[in-house]
Order: sequence, then C-alpha cells, then structure tokens
Amino acid sequence: MKINDLAELAVRNLKESLLRNSLTTMGISVGVASLVAMLSLGTGLQALFSRRLEKSGLFDTIFVSSRREMRGMERREERSGPTPGESRILDEGARVEMEKLPNVSEVYPDIRFSSELQFEGKPHLTMISALPSSAKSNDAFEGMQGRFFASDAAPEVILQKAFAEELLGRTPALGAPEPQVAELAKPLLGRELTLHYAQRGPSTSPASPPSPDAASQHADVAGASYSVVSREQKLTIVGVSDLDPESMRGPMRARVFLPLRFAENLHVMQLADLRETSRAGSDQPVYSSISVRVKEPSQIQGVEDAIRKMGFTTFSILDASHSLQQVFKVLFAFLGIFGSLALAVASIGIVNTLVMAILERRREIGIMKAIGASDRDVQKLFFAEAGAMGILGGIVGVVLGWAIGQIINFGTNIYLKSQSIPPEHFWAVPLWLIVFAIGFAFVVSLVSGLYPAGRAARLDPVQALRYE
Amino acid sequence: MTTAPVVSSATSTTAIRSENLCRHYRMGETVIRAVDGVSLVVQAGEFVALLGSSGSGKSSMLNLIAGLDRPTSGSVIVQDCNLAKMTREELAKYRLHVVGMVFQSFNLIPSMTLVENVELPLRFAEVDRGKRDALACAALERVGLKARGNHRPSELSGGEQQRAALARALINRPKLLLADEPTGNLDSHTGTEIMDMVRDFNQELGMTVVTVTHERALAERYAQRMIFLADGKLIDDQSNGASTHSGIQEGRL
Repeated sequence: MKINDLAELAVRNLKESLLRNSLTTMGISVGVASLVAMLSLGTGLQALFSRRLEKSGLFDTIFVSSRREMRGMERREERSGPTPGESRILDEGARVEMEKLPNVSEVYPDIRFSSELQFEGKPHLTMISALPSSAKSNDAFEGMQGRFFASDAAPEVILQKAFAEELLGRTPALGAPEPQVAELAKPLLGRELTLHYAQRGPSTSPASPPSPDAASQHADVAGASYSVVSREQKLTIVGVSDLDPESMRGPMRARVFLPLRFAENLHVMQLADLRETSRAGSDQPVYSSISVRVKEPSQIQGVEDAIRKMGFTTFSILDASHSLQQVFKVLFAFLGIFGSLALAVASIGIVNTLVMAILERRREIGIMKAIGASDRDVQKLFFAEAGAMGILGGIVGVVLGWAIGQIINFGTNIYLKSQSIPPEHFWAVPLWLIVFAIGFAFVVSLVSGLYPAGRAARLDPVQALRYE
Repeated sequence: MTTAPVVSSATSTTAIRSENLCRHYRMGETVIRAVDGVSLVVQAGEFVALLGSSGSGKSSMLNLIAGLDRPTSGSVIVQDCNLAKMTREELAKYRLHVVGMVFQSFNLIPSMTLVENVELPLRFAEVDRGKRDALACAALERVGLKARGNHRPSELSGGEQQRAALARALINRPKLLLADEPTGNLDSHTGTEIMDMVRDFNQELGMTVVTVTHERALAERYAQRMIFLADGKLIDDQSNGASTHSGIQEGRL
C-alpha cells in the first residue's frame, strides 16, 4: 500500500474508536510532556548557569601577574620557568602585546587601591577598584540601582551596598532584615563624593609638582625616585550595587567602583609601583595584575599558554567549567530517564489499544486479507496507526510540556519579583528538543506497535472471517 | 458439450484443477477431514456450483481455491499456479489479482462508504487515487448502486450490500469469481437478482464462477455444472443440460 493510503486508512481507523484512541494518545502526550518538561528544565538550567558564568567573567578571563607577585605562592612545577629575577615586568608594553594575541577580546589592568572618600564632610577609607566598560553586562550589576557609568572616563562612581549603608550611617543590627538596595540608593544617587588619593608623578621631574595647590613630596624607594602628589577628585554617585564583595573575584573585591579609563588617568599610586618601578626601565605604567578576556571560554587554554610563554604567571578557572558540563550530563541523563518513564507507561497503553483493536477488527482484517491485502499491508496499517498516535501524542505533548514550562516559569518569576530578584528564564525548549521529543514518541509508538502489528499480520483469514 | 457459446469457446483452457486435495483440521485428539481427496477440473468460463449439506466441506474447498487456506496435502492449481507452493505474499497477490470473492454475510467494512469499500482492493494494488475513483464508480454503476456510493453499508438493504460486494469483487478484473452462499442472507427475490448479476459476469466478462450453495434449485437454475460434496469427498459431478441453460437465457429475456 502507498504511504498516503496507509496514513489515510490509519487516521480513519483511529477516528472510528475516537475515545479509546484519544485516551491512548493523551497517555503518550503526557509522557512526552513530562519528557519535554524534564529536559527543558535541564537545558534551561544549563543555559542559565552558563549565562551566569559567562557574565561573571570567571570562565573567559585569565588573571595575569608578574612572577614576583606570586613569589610566595609559586607551585613546584613552575620552578622550571624563569626565575623571579629574570621575569618580565607587567607594564603597558606587555599589555599591548597580550592584546595582540589571537582570540583575545580585551586586556585591562586591574586597578585596585585603598583610599579615602569624603561624603558630607566625613572621611571613609575603603577599597576602590576600576571596572572596564564590559563589566556592564556582568551579573553583579543586575540588581543595581541607578545606572552604569556613562562613559569609560566619566568621573562617576558605583557604590557597593554595604558602603552605601556606611555612608548613610546605618549599621544593620544583627539578624535584622537586609535593607533593600532601592531604599539605600534613593538618598545617594546623584550626590557627590570627594576622592583623596596619592598620584604618582613622573619620575624624571621629581622637583616640579603637577599642580600648585597640591602638596608634593618625594619618595625614595629602592634607589628610584619619583614624586607622589596628593590630589582630590569629585565623583558623582550613579549607582548602588547589591553585590556582596566577599563573593567576587579579583578586581570586584572592592566597595567602590570607578570607570577604568578614568581610574587609569588618575595615576593613583599602587602598592606594586613601589616594587616594580625599581625594575621598570621606562615611564610606562606598571600594573600589579592584568585581566585578559578571551572571546570563548574554550580558547582559554591556548591564550593562557601564550601568556605564560611571555613570562607571566596566569590563573584561570578552566576545570570548573569542565566539571560543570559533566554534572549537567549526569543531570540530563537523570531527567531524561525520569521523563521517559511516563512515556514507557504510555507505550504499554499503545500496545493495549492496538491489541484491543485487533480483536475488535478481526473480521475487518479477515476481509482485507480475503480481497487481497498481504500480511505486510496489514502490518503496515497497524504500524501506521501506532505511528500516527505517536506523532499526534508527540505534538500535543510538546505543546503541553511547553505550556507547563511557561506556567512554572511565570509562577517562579512572580515569586522572584516579589523578592525583587530580576526574572530569569530557566526553562528552554530548543528546536532540537521538539524534534527529538516527537521523533522519540514516534519511535516508541512504532516499537509498541511491533507486537500488535505482527499479530494482526499473522491472523488466519479463514478464522478471522468466521469471527463475529 | 452443447452449452452457451461463451463456455464452448473457453473449454480448451483449464481454470482450476485440484488433485487429491485434502484439508484436515486437528481438534484436540480428533482429525476433521474437511476436504478429503477431492480431484476436479473447472474449465475457464464455466459456472460451477458446489453443493452439499453444512459440514460437507464445500466452504473449505472454496477457501482452498481462493488461496485463503492451504491444503494439508494434494494440490490445487489455478491459472497454472500451484497454490500449495505459494508463499503467503504470493497468495495475497493471487487473491488480489486473480480472485474476486463474495460472501454470505457480504463482508463490507462498516466504517467505509460503498465507494471506499469497492476501491479498497485497488489500494492494495497501489492504483493511483484518480484512477481508483473512476474504476470504483464504474463498478458501482454496473451493479446499479452509483447513487449510493457515499452511503455506509449499514444504510443499505442486504441485496444492495451484496451488490456492492459484487462490485468490489469485480474491481480488479479477476479471472475467477468465488461466491460463498451469496444468497444465504437474502430473500428469494433479491437472491435471484444477485445470481442474475453473477451470471452476467460469467457470460459477459467471461469470468469463471464457483459458487457454494445448499439450495439445489438455485444451482440448477444458474450453474452449468453441479458438484456434490459430502464429508469432504466428491460424491457427484453432473452438468446441467443445455435445455436448462437455454431456459435461463429465455427467462432472462
């Protein structure tokens, strides 16, 4: 029989006992829905995690420092490399060199210093760090009040929540509920802070202070001499972030953030200056550490090796992403197995329905054989019915599973909103899952139809015709 | 033989030949000999009636000729093919292309309309849809049911259903028409109508007809030859005289 004839006859037969076949199909769709729900939860969670991790910058960033910095922490295997004495200085030249490496998207120095900030006449000493403009997409700033820096060189500042509390003179009592960021941000946004900092002057002209109002003094460390000038800078508060500095890595471990270009132009004297300037042969700025961002987390290894060859110490979280993939594979397998269980139960329903249909349509099978249907025709017809139920159940199941996902997503986001956490999509039904689910339902149905179809095909026409 | 011209022109070829044909069933300890060593020859274009009381083996004989059942021993050769040696697949093809069958209980598929019932064999023969419809309509027209093509069997009388079954048996242009008590569920008037139609097929289309019946009168009226079976054995084989046959023709006119 031709395939379209088969399909037509199968659909007509399914319509004949509509209730029973609908119920069987419903069973398949529930099975498929549970499979889709489980797997889309898995995919969604994986997507959410990788999105988070990508945003955190943990997996596409290499932290570079000169070997000297790592002196105390050097691992055994690194002893074979250049000795600290001959290692390179992490200066602007090195930064530019790293920028030229393939697959590198961004190289920025980690500027982090402790300084005094004045607010309403009161001084506050805190850790300040600079952020590149790419940090805007960082999840750390998702729950931020206000806005990100207008430009990379704007005299603006973003405060960490705890520091905002400090500025406002609020110290939360132990066990008291955490204050809302919005509440803290309201009196602070748009206000001004005054930054007092030590500027590193050009080393060649220690006698001439850059500005007349700043007091100048000479620093003489390790034989090199350069000027340090005390300076002031007005900053506008544009944002208050709710991130916890303790949970953050490197440059994020600060309570006040400045735009990177702006911070660079301040030429704030950093701890590394004291050590490294003595070795630096030029006026180029020297950095204590540099962050190198790669385009794809998978490219980390290669870039990291290249930087090591340049004579620097590197650090990246590479293995974590690998083991996370492993965890997700296991999770997927588990979710898939649980999701398939319902489909397995549904497949028993298909067998049952088709075996019933054989008994009911025994005479019909006999007639078909008498007028020339081959065993294979009868077999194909039952296969087609099983397959049609499978595809139909698969489609309904995918829609059902998708709807369940949407409802749960919607409900959870209402909850997240009430907790003033931005909404998340942890539910994803990718195209491959739709195709896979319908295909899987189809295959399971065909396998379920194997026995009934074979039995129908083997039916003896003489006996079948005698059957009333 | 002094018979109708159609028959005499076809006497040279053999349509069905059975040799020592046996079909035994095993029911527990006992063996039922439904067909027990029947040897017969039916010429192409003949109209043969198989007669006998119930349980005489006439239906079993018909099923063997139809390729619905396989002999326990012996052979049945139709159109030079030994059915006993055919595979299931080949038997299905044989039933599809060589044989047309009608039954006592009509055996139309209740969920299908008449057109769909009639064209069902064409689906198995993988005939294109467009051709199929035309052929089914033509077949229904031949049995006078063109107007009822979209009705389901349950909406029709017994006679109409049997006519539809005849149209279905006709659709693949078979050489052989096998009828198993075709009038058994019909009143005598409708039965005559059906048998008239069967005889038309025999005479106009040249189909060889084998009909199973227990009504001797009907057999005498339509068949050229009557074969009597009892307990699975052939007990008598007599041809109707030319007079009987011409009588039918007169009756028809």
